[in-house]
Amino acid sequence: MTTATASRYTAEYQTITSALPGQNLPWLQELRNDALKKFSEQGFPSPREEEWRYTNVSGIEKKLFSPQASLTAGDVDAERLKTCQLQDAWVVVLVNGHFSAELSVLDGLPEGVSVMSMADALTTQSDTLERYLGLAANQAEHSFIAFNTAWFTDGLFVHVPAKQVLDRPIQLLHIVTGVDAMATTRNVIVVDEMAEARVIETFIARDGVYAADLSGTSAAIAKDGVYAADLSGTSAAIARDGVYAADLPGTSAAVGLTNAYVTAAVTEVFVEQNANLTLYKMQSESDKAYHFGGCYIKQARDARFTHHNFAFGGLMARSDIHVDLDHASECELNGLYLGVKRQHIDNHTRINHLKPYAISRELYKGVLDDRARGVFQGRVIVAVDAQKTDSQMNNRNLLLSDDAEADTKPQLEIYADDVKCGHGVTVGQLDEKSIFYLQSRCIDEETARNMLTFAFANEMVDKIKIKGLHDMVLEQLLARFPQEGVNKEWL
Amino acid sequence: MLSIKDLTVNVNDKQILKGINLEIKAGEIHAIMGPNGSGKSTLSHVLSGKSGYTVTGGTATYQGKDLLEMAPEIRAREGVFLAFQYPVEIPGVSNVYLLKAALNSIRKHHGQSEVDAMDFLTLVKEKVRLLEMDEKFLYRAVNEGFSGGEKKRNEILQMAILEPKLCILDETDSGLDIDALKIVAEGVNSLRSPERSFVMVTHYQRLLDYIKPDKVHVLAHGRIVKSGGPELALELEEKGYSWVEDNQAAA
Repeated sequence: MTTATASRYTAEYQTITSALPGQNLPWLQELRNDALKKFSEQGFPSPREEEWRYTNVSGIEKKLFSPQASLTAGDVDAERLKTCQLQDAWVVVLVNGHFSAELSVLDGLPEGVSVMSMADALTTQSDTLERYLGLAANQAEHSFIAFNTAWFTDGLFVHVPAKQVLDRPIQLLHIVTGVDAMATTRNVIVVDEMAEARVIETFIARDGVYAADLSGTSAAIAKDGVYAADLSGTSAAIARDGVYAADLPGTSAAVGLTNAYVTAAVTEVFVEQNANLTLYKMQSESDKAYHFGGCYIKQARDARFTHHNFAFGGLMARSDIHVDLDHASECELNGLYLGVKRQHIDNHTRINHLKPYAISRELYKGVLDDRARGVFQGRVIVAVDAQKTDSQMNNRNLLLSDDAEADTKPQLEIYADDVKCGHGVTVGQLDEKSIFYLQSRCIDEETARNMLTFAFANEMVDKIKIKGLHDMVLEQLLARFPQEGVNKEWL
Repeated sequence: MLSIKDLTVNVNDKQILKGINLEIKAGEIHAIMGPNGSGKSTLSHVLSGKSGYTVTGGTATYQGKDLLEMAPEIRAREGVFLAFQYPVEIPGVSNVYLLKAALNSIRKHHGQSEVDAMDFLTLVKEKVRLLEMDEKFLYRAVNEGFSGGEKKRNEILQMAILEPKLCILDETDSGLDIDALKIVAEGVNSLRSPERSFVMVTHYQRLLDYIKPDKVHVLAHGRIVKSGGPELALELEEKGYSWVEDNQAAA
């Protein structure tokens, strides 16, 4: 079954090959051919594989999602883009997997700093890419990496030279507007010795925020100009597009409108000695989308890396975050996943302590309502050489409905003998004592529940150090849960 | 203000309160003392509407209304305030947020508009000074990481801002050092008024050195076995609870 479908995508591959970037680079051709071969043999991952046992991706095999051969930026609603674009940032916009120079903001980059599309980088900096591309993301890991390597159409390339501290963040704005489209992108981020940077990956769909409970949030929408604008844009699209209106499964006509598509993104990150990188990911794909995003990080000696993963959208969304830690390096992985309706959100992290004295901290929180399912698989591997490792991993899940499900699997594999490693997992409901305390302070039960749910999730949002991004993620959070009584103005 | 008649309460089919009678007039302070397990906390929980307690008989009338019929938040909005023995930590909700939400719920309940942001801040800061608290507490999560004394002070701060009519203080003195006890007592004393009543549930007499009660009741085995003036508390301190318990047994 898998093989048949794989070959279906493989057969299609020939139709786009000529449009893929880097045709003239033999090393890339070799890499892509290898990857294609691997993918043709394996197909997409199956639940029989341990690391995919909770997440069945066969849905993407049922339909043939098609890569978009070229840029079609005209489809992008500028207003829509603006709501997700950060001010005071360098912005690289990818539309359906292709760089749009017109929509991107790249002026004023310090000399020596590269922020550009992957396609451009393959032309101008192919030597650097030859060194890094494929170095962190191992094709043998799973076939999505192979798929991405063979199929990627574009992406983001960032190179921050040694000792350079970037005062503005870099935002990758990844938007998919196509119907049954497949956007396959490859990003490479290199932060050299003692440099510092902040990068934000934002994955969005053509349409506005996922409004799970329009009835519940209508007050907020009416109050809030941004959302009102978003909605009007959405309903206009309904009028234009009969197919979508007909395609709505039960949800209220105004908002269920979203396109089905696949995002398959791989990001490779290299944080060199003593460098510091903070990487944010906000995934707010449409409610019919499949999202597969892998982030593979190699940290050199004394390097610091912080990842914030906000997994909000998608019918099925999977994130892989794999970190390799060298001597005395530090990483912090934070995550928040919110699932409503029938969303399936899988987060898979792996931290490899390869050398002594490295520190890792991990906190993932999940809020799951309706029939949503959240998966957390966290592995920490401490190599035999990695003495004095200090590692702590936590996963907390809040279930808001009887039908919601959380599958959590923390794994510690320790081969060294002088280490400090801990992990903790909880799956539960709201604390009744806290609800009563709030009730005794005049708050009705429903509001109390909403406040506590919000507070649980907001701990992760509050970790965001970039004001514009913080506000954007907060909007997304508030839009996804019944917020009766949660007053945004007071926060 | 509050009239309790023949109140009987079960917890898990075990009778804890076995017929409580209590009349509290506006402006009065009543102390309810008793040994561990006498039903003190059950009484304060039942009055504030905590779940897990089954009222099997009797009534509790608050300002002419059936208190036991009301949801906990309605009681609170009507002016019943419970200062918790163990205030709950609520990570992610700031103190100032909770205060504002609570105050506005009360105002809405009484058909008033939301409090003006500036007026609110002025009010809150004034009360914070009164309780000798740091303003930073306002922006920290409710009770999170607070010391025992800070938590209790925070309860009194909420009370000072919400201006309830009936304040139930559940073992407010437990876990307080003498300085914190004085500050808390001063806070309570500053709230005394002819329209406001207090029920202080306490194990020890020491709180009553700082907050002078009008009446003292001794609760034992789910019943009020002795009532009197402030001198009763002193007598208890001297003779111990076994004195009333023995008296009861003899009677």
